[in-house]
Amino acid sequence: MFNQDIVKPENLVYKKTDVLTNNVMHYCPGCGHGTTHRIIAEVIEEMGIQDKAICVAPVGCSVLAYNYFSVDSLGAAHGRAPALATAIQRLNPDHHTFTYQGDGDLAAIGTAETIHACNRGENIVIIFINNGIYGMTGGQMAPTTLIGMQTATSPYGRTVELNGYPLQITELLSQLPGTYFVTRQSVHTAAAVRKTKKAIRQAFENQKGKKGTSFVEVVSNCNSGWKMTAPKANEWMVENMFAKYPIGDIKVDGELVQK
Amino acid sequence: MAKELKLMKGNEAIAEAAIRSGCDGYFGYPITPQSEVMEYLMAEKPWEKTGMVVLQAESETSSINMVYGGAGVGKKVMTSSSSPGISLMQEGLTYLAGAELPAIVVNVVRGGPGLGTIQPSQADYFQATKGGGHGDYQLFVLAPATVQEMYDFVFLGWEIAFKYRNPVMILSDGAIGQVMEKLYVGDYVPRWTDEELKKNAPWASFGKPANREHHIITSLELDSAKQEQHNHKLQAKYREMEEKEVRFEAINCDDADYIFVAYGSSARIAEKAMQLGKEKGYKIGILRLITLFPFPKKKIAELSTKVKGMLAVEMSAGQMVEDVRLAAQFRCPIEHFGRYGGIIHTPQEVLEALEEKIIKR
Repeated sequence: MFNQDIVKPENLVYKKTDVLTNNVMHYCPGCGHGTTHRIIAEVIEEMGIQDKAICVAPVGCSVLAYNYFSVDSLGAAHGRAPALATAIQRLNPDHHTFTYQGDGDLAAIGTAETIHACNRGENIVIIFINNGIYGMTGGQMAPTTLIGMQTATSPYGRTVELNGYPLQITELLSQLPGTYFVTRQSVHTAAAVRKTKKAIRQAFENQKGKKGTSFVEVVSNCNSGWKMTAPKANEWMVENMFAKYPIGDIKVDGELVQK
Repeated sequence: MAKELKLMKGNEAIAEAAIRSGCDGYFGYPITPQSEVMEYLMAEKPWEKTGMVVLQAESETSSINMVYGGAGVGKKVMTSSSSPGISLMQEGLTYLAGAELPAIVVNVVRGGPGLGTIQPSQADYFQATKGGGHGDYQLFVLAPATVQEMYDFVFLGWEIAFKYRNPVMILSDGAIGQVMEKLYVGDYVPRWTDEELKKNAPWASFGKPANREHHIITSLELDSAKQEQHNHKLQAKYREMEEKEVRFEAINCDDADYIFVAYGSSARIAEKAMQLGKEKGYKIGILRLITLFPFPKKKIAELSTKVKGMLAVEMSAGQMVEDVRLAAQFRCPIEHFGRYGGIIHTPQEVLEALEEKIIKR
């Protein structure tokens, strides 16, 4: 028998934030996008900045991010989100412009826009989802694909000879004086989600203080593209992705974190 | 409106017009022969006077996408470049058109193809009027022939861009960009306040208030039935422009035997050629195109039934002439003349071409 008590308002322990729409997300079950969306939306709600938040969506799996964030949004051309965000934030210095980009978008086709926005120290928040693969187009090799990793365009595994090295763009960006906060997080456990949410909050707080560019990488899985079950994909991510893309703060308050 | 007389380059007139027309942001990248636009803005520091943002981007790809971002939040934003840079912007232009965003893009055309030359040309007509980027879309294309028009068309550009929610291209050339002429400038038009922006661009993503759904600026529609509907809407808009917004100047056309059809620098050269022809007893008129899209089809069709021939004069291997022929339906002889690759034709050459290709044939 269903206990009616649990739906009483006084027993409410969790409620979906209104900064997420009620649209059903198209993301694959087990993918990190949904969780990352949720914590961004929660941060926006908690900071009370929904009316000032502008989302710039990328091209990739999260191309339809604007269907899920209940904030005014723009869909950018592939890789160009930091250019859009640059202009939007400069034209509206008290707004909270953020981009949400995958590895193909941010670290391949949009490399120039990413590096120069960060180097100018644009007062924007960049959320970077790194799952080492092009998910939406069907699992092709990304700049962040690990050596040996099989994808649709590296069917025998990525090799250095043919494809060069996985691009650690987050470390690269941390070297630029314009970046104020650079961190790498994940959303595969409850504890990791809490840390990532804290990092995203920090990024938006930095923006409020007009500190420059805040960059939050979220290492995520792509169980469809990696051709694994969701639990297996998370295990594989911890074992392999974290080795190349270690979790933790890289630059805090404009200073590189000593390791 | 108070009028003030100035002496300026065409490129500087664009920059001055930006500041005086209440432009919110200019995003550019240096390229000859249009670099004076951003140089002038950076020297003028309009952010101190009007609050206008000026930024040098890392590429034309980036500057056009900055324009896309600014336009998407309802601001009056613009960029300028020259041919190779405009080629890089084609991606952004088709996205602007697809997402129905107002913006001004100035092309101070130089000779091509490729890196080409830095001298004036009109060989980007196809690119400007037939797309350039992918998909069925149209830019609204204005062709200034004087420094005054470089200035005036920025003001007109905002009007058109926001009325139709469509990118406007000012298709100039290296000669108009570099030449110094006198021009009259008017009073400063203040930039829009937040309230004016919300009134003039109510569709924009300027930040979601509690009392409405969030706005989405995008050119993406995965449902092809809806995408077709969106295309129908765009086409209807383009047809409306063709109905209402055609602009041209007909000089001595009423009793002309021959017509020069030209725009920009070529129209001014044609004007001299017309005078030279008059000395020889020819009755020549000029149809100077001001809008290249929408194209003055009806006027050309009307003239084609009255004259003995038309010469399309343009600094290209023959681009606009195709539209003249389509509009005239071959009711009279239509030929093309133009030097290209950075060479400017002389009035004598233009008149000779009229004689050889039309009068004496």
